[in-house]
Amino acid sequence: MVGFVKSVRGGDGNDSPKLAPDVPPAAKRPQSVSAETSRYLFAVVRSRYTAYHASSASDGSRDVSEMDSSDSPGTTVAFATTHSSWSRRDFIKGVIASGVSVSGMSYFGAGCTTPLPAQTGGVERLLSLTVNGQVRRVDVLPGETLAMTLRYKLGLTGTKLGCDRGECGACTVLIDDVNYYSCSTLTHRVRDREITTVEGLESPDGTLHPVQQAFVDELGPQCGFCTSGQVMSAVALLRANPNPTRQEAREAMAGNLCRCGAYDHYLNGVMRAVSEA
Amino acid sequence: MMKDMMSGFELYQPADVDDAIQLIDRYGNRGWKLAGGYDSLDWFKNRGKGPEAVIDLEGLDALKGIRETTDGVEIGALTTLTEVERSPLLRDRYGLLADAARRVASPQIRNAGTLGGNLSQDTRCWYYRYGVDCYRAGGNTCYAAAPEAMNREHALFGASRCVAVTPSDTAPALVALDAEMVVRNARGERVIPAADFFMEPSVDIQRMTVLDPDDLLTAIRLPASWAGADFYFEKVADRKSWDFALVSVAAAFRTSGAQIDEASIVCGAVQCIPRRLHDVEVLISGRTRNEETAALAGAEAIRGAEPLDYNHFKIPLMENLVKRAVRG
Repeated sequence: MVGFVKSVRGGDGNDSPKLAPDVPPAAKRPQSVSAETSRYLFAVVRSRYTAYHASSASDGSRDVSEMDSSDSPGTTVAFATTHSSWSRRDFIKGVIASGVSVSGMSYFGAGCTTPLPAQTGGVERLLSLTVNGQVRRVDVLPGETLAMTLRYKLGLTGTKLGCDRGECGACTVLIDDVNYYSCSTLTHRVRDREITTVEGLESPDGTLHPVQQAFVDELGPQCGFCTSGQVMSAVALLRANPNPTRQEAREAMAGNLCRCGAYDHYLNGVMRAVSEA
Repeated sequence: MMKDMMSGFELYQPADVDDAIQLIDRYGNRGWKLAGGYDSLDWFKNRGKGPEAVIDLEGLDALKGIRETTDGVEIGALTTLTEVERSPLLRDRYGLLADAARRVASPQIRNAGTLGGNLSQDTRCWYYRYGVDCYRAGGNTCYAAAPEAMNREHALFGASRCVAVTPSDTAPALVALDAEMVVRNARGERVIPAADFFMEPSVDIQRMTVLDPDDLLTAIRLPASWAGADFYFEKVADRKSWDFALVSVAAAFRTSGAQIDEASIVCGAVQCIPRRLHDVEVLISGRTRNEETAALAGAEAIRGAEPLDYNHFKIPLMENLVKRAVRG
């Protein structure tokens, strides 16, 4: 505490050389990103990078072998510098390709890595999720919500996190064709269920789902942040009730906030999707 | 103070009620029962609660569904509010409960939220939820009744140090229907009348229901006595969707022609427990169901109300809701 007060004074300009020993050496300060997290981050960045270079027909095999030689904790910077042949542009592309994982780390580093008691019969962390018709294997923490898993582990960032409290609806997804807030659903709960996110709606040839097309036609989205949630609620409504009245549609959409206030546009979109389906 | 990350916990997903009871018993107040999750996960994310183990009740299929019994209907505590709202059996005979369930929160919350969870949820007093050391949190102050407090959502009746109100929409309906709560723990099962299920702060200020940490609410029974009666439910909130009641009324009437034989009237969000209006029920029994009786009922309903600085408006609101219920 004394050291804290002194260092605050030091910041005000009354600094004296004596204060220096009170400040912990940089090496001993707690790391903001744990070794485990940085290993994971490194592995993800590497796999993304490898995938990127393999697909762009560069000399992928050499990249992989070189990166393997630098596989130790905290070497995310080193792996950028050992590749003198990389252009700055390539490096930025690699970072963009791995951007999902990087932004995820800032969330997961904050608290999801709290040490857990030894497993004593609780859930298995490794599980299979059926998302948009695909089975995906993923390592899920006991307290992880579906929104977190979808966005930061499976890269499905079409599902948005607004309030993270089940109050805004931006994170709405379908679980067995029923709409839920994915921010308030534990991923372990949906192990044996069919999850549909906004990414799973368009057909393989890129044709938009009738609800998506109707929202475009009716100018539903303004800023667009709530849109994927609005789409999912509308799709859930139409799967349960293909021919709703406007009032029924209004009630079914009541769990999705739109701060731009485009409620009537979305509602027009739902009714257009009904008439065109 | 908003934080998005929960502390780590062990997650259990029992598929059998006995296993769940065993886990609940083993962990006691270090464990947490998770139903729909809309109260629980908010607590965890805000770091308001940090249980060692979470026992996910989702897999307990035995506690789901709506069944007819010899004397009425039994609803599993894990039945979702959407199922309660849509059940043809409940809509037909206990429309009061279906109407109340329909007014809870938003469609997504009703799809996941359970009847048991809606009854057992903690109060929404936002001083308490913010994490201050109020009486309910084990401290020695009520921040919501302090001179500068904003308390337009708080209690008119029965305040005892704590001025929080019951947030549940289905609770007043169940009290009005003389429902019974079936509660199990490792030592056995007990049945508690809905009227005794909710806890007043004068009895125990730190909990909202009689449920102990090792108790599991397994079912809600609706007796046949009020089946098919004349019902009235109305909830007034700041917003039509997604909001907690400022005042709600749930009422059931048995009438012969225009005469009221028996009435059961309960108001929500005016006290820490659903407020059954026994005096009003006695007063209007035997009277004709008309404007005059309604006015009498409304005036009697609000007698003894003690408003705080910002919730005077709840008094005429409550009076009018009771009038409308009696008027029919």
